[in-house]
Amino acid sequence: MASYSCDLLIVGGGGAGLRASIAAAEARPDLDVAVVSKVYPMRSHTVAAEGGAAAVIKSTDSLEAHAYDTVSGADWLCDQDVVEAFVDEAPREMVQLEHWGCPWSREPDGTVAVRPFGGMKVSRTWFAADKTGFHMLHSLFQTSLKYKSVKRYDEWFVSRLLVDDGRCAGVVAVEIATGEVHSILAKAVILCTGGCGKIFPFTTNANIKNGDGMALAYRAGAPLKDMEFVQYHPTGLPATGILITEATRAEGGWLVNKDGYRYLQDYALGTPEPKPVHRTMELGPRDRLSQAFIKEQERGRTLEGPYGHYVNLDIRHIGETVIDKKLPFVRELCLKYANLDPVHEVIPVRPVVHYIMGGVHTDIHGATPIAGLYAAGEAACVSLNGANRLGSNSLTECLVFGARAGRAAAEYVDGAPAPGAAVEAQASDEERRLRSLMDKTDGTERIADLRSEMQSTMEESAGIYRSGDSLAAGAETLGRLRQHARHLKLEDRSRTFNTEFISALELDYMLELAEIILRSGEQRTESRGAHQRTDFPARDDDNFLAHSLAYRNDDGSVRIEYSPVTITKWPPGARVYGKQ
Amino acid sequence: MAETIRLEVSRYRPEVESEPTLQSYEVPYNKDWVILDALNYVKNQIDGSVTFRWSCRMGVCGSCGMMANGEPKLTCAVPLTDYDPTQPIRIEPLQFFPVVRDLVIDMSSFLEKLSNVKPWIIRDDVEATEAVEFRQTPVELDAYKQFSMCINCMICYSACPVIGLEPEFTGPAAIALAQRYNLDSRDKGKEERMDALDAHEGLWGCTFVGECTKVCPKNVDPAGAIQLYKMGSATDYLKSMLLPWGTK
Ligand SMILES: Cc1cc2nc3c(=O)[nH]c(=O)nc-3n(C[C@H](O)[C@H](O)[C@H](O)COP(=O)(O)OP(=O)(O)OC[C@H]3O[C@@H](n4cnc5c(N)ncnc54)[C@H](O)[C@@H]3O)c2cc1C
Ligand code: SF4
Ligand code: FES
Repeated sequence: MASYSCDLLIVGGGGAGLRASIAAAEARPDLDVAVVSKVYPMRSHTVAAEGGAAAVIKSTDSLEAHAYDTVSGADWLCDQDVVEAFVDEAPREMVQLEHWGCPWSREPDGTVAVRPFGGMKVSRTWFAADKTGFHMLHSLFQTSLKYKSVKRYDEWFVSRLLVDDGRCAGVVAVEIATGEVHSILAKAVILCTGGCGKIFPFTTNANIKNGDGMALAYRAGAPLKDMEFVQYHPTGLPATGILITEATRAEGGWLVNKDGYRYLQDYALGTPEPKPVHRTMELGPRDRLSQAFIKEQERGRTLEGPYGHYVNLDIRHIGETVIDKKLPFVRELCLKYANLDPVHEVIPVRPVVHYIMGGVHTDIHGATPIAGLYAAGEAACVSLNGANRLGSNSLTECLVFGARAGRAAAEYVDGAPAPGAAVEAQASDEERRLRSLMDKTDGTERIADLRSEMQSTMEESAGIYRSGDSLAAGAETLGRLRQHARHLKLEDRSRTFNTEFISALELDYMLELAEIILRSGEQRTESRGAHQRTDFPARDDDNFLAHSLAYRNDDGSVRIEYSPVTITKWPPGARVYGKQ
Repeated sequence: MAETIRLEVSRYRPEVESEPTLQSYEVPYNKDWVILDALNYVKNQIDGSVTFRWSCRMGVCGSCGMMANGEPKLTCAVPLTDYDPTQPIRIEPLQFFPVVRDLVIDMSSFLEKLSNVKPWIIRDDVEATEAVEFRQTPVELDAYKQFSMCINCMICYSACPVIGLEPEFTGPAAIALAQRYNLDSRDKGKEERMDALDAHEGLWGCTFVGECTKVCPKNVDPAGAIQLYKMGSATDYLKSMLLPWGTK
C-alpha cells in the first residue's frame, strides 16, 4: 500500500471540485493541492447541464429579487444568510468564469445574454446555448491546467475517509487502472462528489452519480441534511430519462396533456399566455410541475406508452431558427434518442429524478462538523436549495460554494496538525476490507439485479408523492436488499480496471443513502416542496420549519435530529405562482 | 423468439493474456438501444467482467468511444439499428492508443498534449475587473464556437493516419482546442500557444485527409483547425522573414 500526501485534497473534479481547486491554488500558491476523481474531470456530470446558471447581472434585476425567488422556491427551508451570500457572490463568480473563457451566449452588443427560468421573477440565467454545464466544466478544467500546484489523481476511486481524533486526515482510494489501494493523506479534504440520482430508476443522472461522498461523510460521522428532498425534473424523455432542459419552456415551450390542453392552468400556476411569463405556468417551480403531472395522470389525462405515462412538450411554435440557435442540443438529443424532430413534432416527457437538495451538512463556508472536512456542490447541503431547488441555481452554487470551500480549507490547513499514526492503521484496515471484497468468490447476488430492485423500490416508496406506509414498506425492502448485498457475485477476477468491483462499492453507498432518504422522509410528517406526503398534505411550520440531520448510530441504524432554519428577511409565507 | 444480434467484444487482461481475443455474446436486437446499451446488457446479465468506460449515455461526457466494425464511434450515440442483425458487430478499443484492459484505452498522452497547448485564456488582466464581463459579440463568439464543442472523446485520434505513424503528434482535438483559444476575441496568447505547437513535427505530416473531421461526433472540424493553424503559422513565418522586427 503506497501512501501519498498533500496539504489539501479535493475529492471530485466536477464544477464544484475544480472551482474549489482553483480557489485554493489562488489563495495559497504555496500549498500542495490535489484533485482525486473516479473519472477524468471533464467526464464529471456537470458536463450534462444544459439550461444555464443564475446570477444577477442586468439593471432590471436585483439581488433581493434573486434571493426572494430562491427562498420561496425552497418553500422556506433554506438558510437565508446562505441565500444572501449566494446571490451576492454569484455575479462575481460568473464574470470570473467569463474571464476564464466560458463561451456564454451574447446579446448583439457583446454583453452576456440571459434567459428566463422556472420560478424566477426576472431573466437572470446565463447560458451557453443549451450546453451550459459542458462549457462551464471544460472552461474550468482547461483553466485548472495552468495551476501547476494542483496535482491530479485521475480515475482513482475514494472508498473511505480517514478520521483521527475528530479530524479528517485524508482518504483511501483505489487506483482503478491497477487495482492498487493507496492512502492519500491530507490536512483537509473537500468532498465535491456530486449527487445520487442513480438510486432511482428514471433519472437524468449519469452512471457515476451514486452519492459516494455523502456515504463517505456519513460513515465518518458527519450528518446528512434534508435527504428527504429529491427533485423530479418535469421533463425527461420517458425511455432513457435524458433531460429536455427547462430552457425549452423558457424559450416558450408548452406542456400539454393528451387533449393538447395546457393543463398547468388547473394547478394554481396562473393562466396560459402565448408567450412565456416569469413564475407562471410552464415557468413555475419544478416540484409543482412534477406534482401536477401526477394529478393529471390520476385524472386520466396523460398519454401512455411503452415506458409508462407521459405528456407532451410542444416547442414547434418556437421555430427552427430559434431552436437551432438556442436549443441545438435539445434537437440533437430528440433526433438521436427519441427519433423525432422537435421542430415538427411534440416531445413526449415525464418527470424524472434529477437532483438531491439534501447532502453533507455544511456551514456557510462549506465546513462540516468534522474538523478538516469540507463539502461543496451537489454532494453538500449548505442549505441554499431547501425543499426545492430552482433550476439554474445549482451550477452557480458549485462556483460560489466551491470557491468558498476552497478558500476556507486552504486557510484551515495552516493550523492543522499532520495526520497521526492511527490513520495508518485505519488505512490498512480499509485495504484489507477492499482486498477481501475483490477476492470474494462465493457470492450469489448479481449487482445489476439488486440495483434495479433498489431503484424500483425507491420510485414506489419515495416518489413525487409518498406516505408513511410507502416509506416504511420501502425501508423494509431495503433492509432485505442490504442483507443480500453482503453476498454479491463478482465475476471479474482481474485487478486491472475492474469496473465491476467499483460498481459493488457504489451499490453499497447507494443502498445506505436510499435508507436515509426513506427514514428522513418517514419522520417529516408534513408536505413541503419536493416532499409531499399524502397522509400529511399541509406544510407544518410549527414543527418542521427545520432541517433534518441524519446521523449514523454505532449499530448502523439511522438517527434523525432537527436543527432550525435561519430566517433573515423573509418570514415564512405562501408560495404564490402565476400572474399576481 | 425475439430478434438478437451478436457482439464480438475484444477481451484483454494484461495479467493473463498477451494478446486481445474476441469473445462473442448474443444480445437482444432492441430497436430503442444504442451500442452502449447492448454492452451494458452483457455486463449486467451475461458477463460482469466485460470492461469499458461510460457515464452520461447522452453523447456529452466523451467516455464511450470504441471501434465498431473497425470504425471509431461514440457508442452511446449510435443506434443498434444502424447494424444488420444477421451480422455480428465487432467492438474493439479505439485504435492507436495503448490498451489498459478490454475496451479501455490509456489516454494519458492526450492530457499531456492538451496541457501543452495552454488551453486557457492568456492575457495580463489589466482591463479585467471582477464586476464586468468582457464584451464579445455573437459574431466574435461564432469565430471559435465550433472548436469549443470538443468532448475529448478521442475518436478523431483513432481515425488520424498521422497519429497511427507518429503518436507524438499533438493531434486533431488538441489543435482544435488551441485554435478555440487563438480565435477567442478575449485571448491574447496566440504566440505563446503557437510556440508550443511548433515544437512538434507531426503537424507538417498532416496531409489534410480530413478523416478527423469526418468521424467527429460533435462536428468540431479539427481538420479545419489544423488548416487554419498551418496558414496562420505560415503567414507568421513569412511575416517574420519579411519584417524581421515583426510582431514577436
Ligand atoms: C442532465 C442535467 C442537467 C442539469 N442542468 C442544470 C442547469 O442547467 N443548471 C443548473 O444550475 N444545474 C443543472 N443541473 C444540476 C447540476 O448540473 C449539478 O448539480 C452540478 O453540476 C453538480 O456538480 P458537482 O461538481 O457537485 O458534481 P459532479 O459534476 O457530478 O462531479 C462529481 C465528481 O466527483 C467525483 N467522484 C464521485 N465519487 C467519487 C469517488 N468515490 N472517488 C473519487 N471521485 C469521485 C466524480 O468523478 C466527479 O468528478 C443539471 C443536472 C443534470 C443531471
Ligand atoms: S474533435 Fe471531435 S472527435 Fe476529436 S476528440 Fe473532439 S469531439 Fe472527439
Ligand atoms: S457515455 Fe458519455 S459520451 Fe457516451
